[in-house]
This record gives sequence, structure tokens and C-alpha cells, in this order.
Amino acid sequence: MNIPVTQATAATAVAAATDSPRTAVSNPPVQPMASNLGQAAVVRSSAGGPVAEQPTALTKVAKLIDISKCIGCKACQSACIEWNDTHPAIGENVGLYENPHDLTDQMFTLMRFAEYDNPDTGDFEWLIRKDGCMHCEDPGCLKACPAPGAIVQYSNGIVDFIHENCIGCGYCISGCPFDIPRMNPVEHKVYKCTLCSDRVAVGQGPACAKACPTQAITFGSKDDMTTLAAERIEDLKGRGYANAGLYDPQGVGGTHVMYVLQHADKPSLYNDLPDDPSISGVVANWKGATKPVGLAAVGLAAAGAAAMALFSRGNRVTVEDEREAQLLVRDEMDSVPGSTGRDV
Amino acid sequence: MAGRQFSESTDEILSLRPVEVRRYVTFTRINHWFTALCFILLMLSGFALFHPALFGLTALFGGGQTTRWLHPFIGIALSVSFLGMFVQLVHLNILRREDLVWTAQIGDVIAGHEERLPELGKYNFGQKSVFWGMFWLILALLISGIMMWYQYFPDLVSVETRRIAIFVHSVSAVLIVLVLILHIFAAVWTQGTLRAMTRGTVTGGWSWRHHRKWLRELARRQSSKPAE
Ligand code: HEM
Ligand code: SF4
Ligand code: SF4
Ligand code: SF4
Repeated sequence: MNIPVTQATAATAVAAATDSPRTAVSNPPVQPMASNLGQAAVVRSSAGGPVAEQPTALTKVAKLIDISKCIGCKACQSACIEWNDTHPAIGENVGLYENPHDLTDQMFTLMRFAEYDNPDTGDFEWLIRKDGCMHCEDPGCLKACPAPGAIVQYSNGIVDFIHENCIGCGYCISGCPFDIPRMNPVEHKVYKCTLCSDRVAVGQGPACAKACPTQAITFGSKDDMTTLAAERIEDLKGRGYANAGLYDPQGVGGTHVMYVLQHADKPSLYNDLPDDPSISGVVANWKGATKPVGLAAVGLAAAGAAAMALFSRGNRVTVEDEREAQLLVRDEMDSVPGSTGRDV
Repeated sequence: MAGRQFSESTDEILSLRPVEVRRYVTFTRINHWFTALCFILLMLSGFALFHPALFGLTALFGGGQTTRWLHPFIGIALSVSFLGMFVQLVHLNILRREDLVWTAQIGDVIAGHEERLPELGKYNFGQKSVFWGMFWLILALLISGIMMWYQYFPDLVSVETRRIAIFVHSVSAVLIVLVLILHIFAAVWTQGTLRAMTRGTVTGGWSWRHHRKWLRELARRQSSKPAE
């Protein structure tokens, strides 16, 4: 490095390089910083891909989305498009606020608008949920993927797709409990929210969190975000939302994107956010017992058949059989009533 | 010509001393080996994605992306080719009463005491099982395979259904490879069988020993009648 640095800033830079959960609003480090989300921080990798032997122990991060604060302005969507340099197609207005109408390989996050007539209060509520990858602690996408190293999880909890290893099978789409990954039909590679791993790696907060005008999206260590959520929930409860709570579903080991919900007892109100998500049992069985049992069965059968073919005599035709055949053919041909000969 | 119940119209005794019998015409043999080639390619490309330990097999096809792309097309080729086999072979593969006896006395089959078994037509129960096993498993692989063919049918089924399809596909793939192993083993262990699919003919002794009712019928069919 040829940038002159003082002893003190160098030390901070080193500390920052090894661990740096930042809030989205804090000023980013001014010293250039090495990315801390390389191979050295990989704790899980799809299909037995390479993981770091002693992964850098990064503080677990989380993005907290406080739905009660969201005004549905979609600044986060714009920021996401801009930072990731994606190009969503111009859509068609079908009378809904969602734009585009679903997550795509070019739109990693989407504001979903639900209208809810609260039967308890008689109030009309607009529940606006920022959809996107939840960065599961136990990611179904990673479990399903057959390509080594195409999906990785870093020690700070971020789940990232490594596109050069992706073969475009779409298994991750079936593996995800939240219906998140989307296939690029030209590249045949899947895309989803990266939690701005390329920003977080160098001490910056996610673009969407940075752009949010109401701080409905905040970012930091998972502990800090849980504490912040608790304060917000306290506040919401004091304002009549008795069932306010944190969405950090334990069925997938918790997530690194969490929601503050006004109605945490009914997540499905928010455009079908799964009430109790977990990796499907079908996926778990397919990727679990099926593979070793299947390979063992094929291996045993092949070895057994080969051994028996090599070491047993087999079923051989004898000279006697050949003679019997000649007799039988002759007798049968002659036995047909009215036969005058053999048509051979 | 006597009636045909246990043989194909193209099956024929070609010579008497020694007896040589045609079992498969050239078209059937080409059809069989093309199906086999597709099968091997499907096995290699499919199992490359089945287990990380086998992912290296994708190199045979030019990498993961190409393997993923190619596999379903070979699957369609296999299905069409197998359909050709199916229509040619199905009617002699329908189960019959003597198949039950054969199954009950499987011990005699393995010990080579075929004299204790009922006389059989062109196929025994083992061969019929391979035939029907292949049929049902290819059907399952075809249907589930199309459901999971993301490049062309991304919205054909729901995510939940596709999960089941993938599971069915991988279990069926394992089962069909087991059937293949049984098929190859039986063809090798029962000596004199392979030439039926290479040269197209078998010896009289082989036919007498394993498929006597078939041989008997061919002989009767080929006894000349006076001109009518
Ligand atoms: C009959 C038509 C078939 C079709 C349409 C088909 C289609 C597919 C598709 C779409 C996939 C997902 C990967 C990809 O997109 O390439 C797949 C995977 C696979 N196929 Fe097939 N296939 C067929 C037959 C077979 C056969 C005969 C075998 C076995 C010998 C086989 C073995 C496999 C295996 C082992 C996998 C990986 C499953 C897993 O990841 O657990 N397939 N197939
Ligand atoms: S939400 Fe889906 S895509 Fe995101 S980490 Fe979880 S399983 Fe993977
Ligand atoms: S589409 Fe790519 S990332 Fe998804 S499961 Fe297949 S190889 Fe893995
Ligand atoms: S974290 Fe980054 S990639 Fe994910 S939604 Fe926000 S801006 Fe998009």
C-alpha cells in the first residue's frame, strides 16, 4: 500500500478489514479497505465447495426492515437498481403499486403492498413489505444447489451467489422457502439480493438502507438490530399494536434480514410472508438420505453383479442342449398336420 | 402357417444343423443400442448433478452449464427411442400365468435347473420385469424431468410440485440404474444372450434351454404346407 497512513489509522484499518458491521447511516471509512468477504470468510459452500479452514470470525450482521415506518416510496428499489447496475424492463400498469410485478433477475427487492381491513379496530391498514432475500442462517437455496461453490455463506451471515460457478439449473429456486432467486434467461444464472456484500465487505451499509428516507431500513450487527427492533416493538405496543413483534424465523435458523411487523402473529397478512418457514421436508430428504443411500445401492449392486459375473460359472448352453434343439425343431416341423417339408 | 402367440413375425429359424434362430432384426438392434447410448449419457450427465462427488463428470460434456442444458434433450431422445422399443416388444412382454410359476421357482432359475420350470415364450419373467421397470421409470423420469426443466418450462408447475418432481426424478434415476445393472448382469450371466443384440441371432441350444415354447412355435410356423 503506498498511501501514507499513521500508526493509529493503520490499526483501525486493519481492525476494520477483519470485522466491520456498519450502520447504513454512519460515514463509511475513508481509508481504502481490503474486502473482508473473500474466500477466507466462507463458512458454507454449496455442493461441498471450498470453505475456509479457519474462517475469519466476522460479527453477524442484519438488515432490519421496520414495516411500520415504511412509506412505500421505493427509494430502496431505485438504490438497489443503481448500485447493482441492473436494468428492469419497463413494466405495464395493471392498477397495482407493485413495480415491477414480481422480483426479477434485474430487481432484487420489491415493495409489496397489501390492503388490510383490521377487524379488531375497524381501521384500514396499508401493509408495505420490502420483499427480497432473507439471508437465512440455514439457507434452502444453498442446500439445494448441485454446483460446488455457486452459493456461499460468509461468517457474517450473508448468503451470496457466485455466478461463475452457477450452472443455471434452478434448484435453488425450489430450495428457497421464500421464493426469492430469479433466473436470468440469457445468462442462465440466478440472481437475488446480495445484502450488498460488495459494500458491506468494505465497511459500507447496503444501498437500500442508505437510501431509505425514513430509516425504515437499518443495518448493523444482528445484536444491535435485535435491540433496536425491541425498542420499536415496545413503542408499537404502546400505540395499540398489541401483537407487534420481530420476524426472525427460527425454522431457518433465524435470518439476517428481519422485519418489525405490526401483526407478528399473522406474517401472512404481509403478502404471504410465510408464517413459519423452514426448508421443505421434500428438499431435505432429497438432499439428505437419498444421495448416500442411492449411491451406496448402485455401488453395491454393481460390485455384486460384477463379482457374480466374474466368479460364478454363469448359465451355459451345453452341447446336449444344441442336440435337443435340433430334435425338437425337426419333430415340431414334421408334426404339423399336412406338413410337406421344412421351410428353412 | 401355424398361429403366432409367442414370437414376432420376424423371428425365424435360419438353419437346422446346427439350429440358429433370428431373434432381433437390424432395426430393433439399432434402436436398442441408440437407447443404450442415450441411457449412458443421461446417467453420466444426471449423476454429475446428483452428488458433489460426481460433479467432475460435467467435464465430459464441456462443463456444468452444458451438462445442465444437454441432459433433458438426451432425455427426450431416450424417451422417443424407448417408445420405438416399446411398440415392438410390448405384446410379448405381457405377463402370463407361467411367469408366476417361474417367479415361485426363482431358486431353480438361479441354480440352472430350467428343466424343472414351465416352458417359456420369447421372454421370461425376469426379462419382462426389466422391460416394465424401464417403461415405468422412463415415464416417471420424463414427466418429472419436464417439470424440472427450468430453461423451457419455468412456470409449468408450482415450486412445491417441482420439489416433489426433483425428488421423484432422483429416486427414479437410482432405481433405473439398478434395473440397468440387473439387465446387463442377466445378459452376461445367461451365456449366449448378448449375441441376440449384437449379431441378432441365438443358437438353438440357447432357445431350447431358455425359451422352448418360442422355439417350438417358430418350428411349427416354418413347416411347409402344400400349396392351397
Ligand atoms: C426421460 C427424460 C428425462 C428428462 C426430460 C430429464 C430431465 C432432467 C432435468 C431437467 C434435470 C435437472 C437438471 C437439468 O436441468 O439438466 C435432470 C436431472 C437429473 N436427471 Fe434427468 N431427465 C430424463 C431422464 C433421466 C434418466 C434416464 C436418468 C438416469 C439414468 C436421469 C438422471 C438424472 C439425475 C440423476 C439428475 C440429477 C437429480 C438430482 O440432482 O438429484 N434423468 N433431469
Ligand atoms: S431467502 Fe431464499 S435465497 Fe435468500 S438465503 Fe434464504 S433460501 Fe437462500
Ligand atoms: S441455478 Fe445456479 S445457484 Fe441455483 S442451484 Fe443451480 S447452480 Fe446453484
Ligand atoms: S441489500 Fe443491496 S442488493 Fe439487497 S436489496 Fe438492498 S440494495 Fe438491493
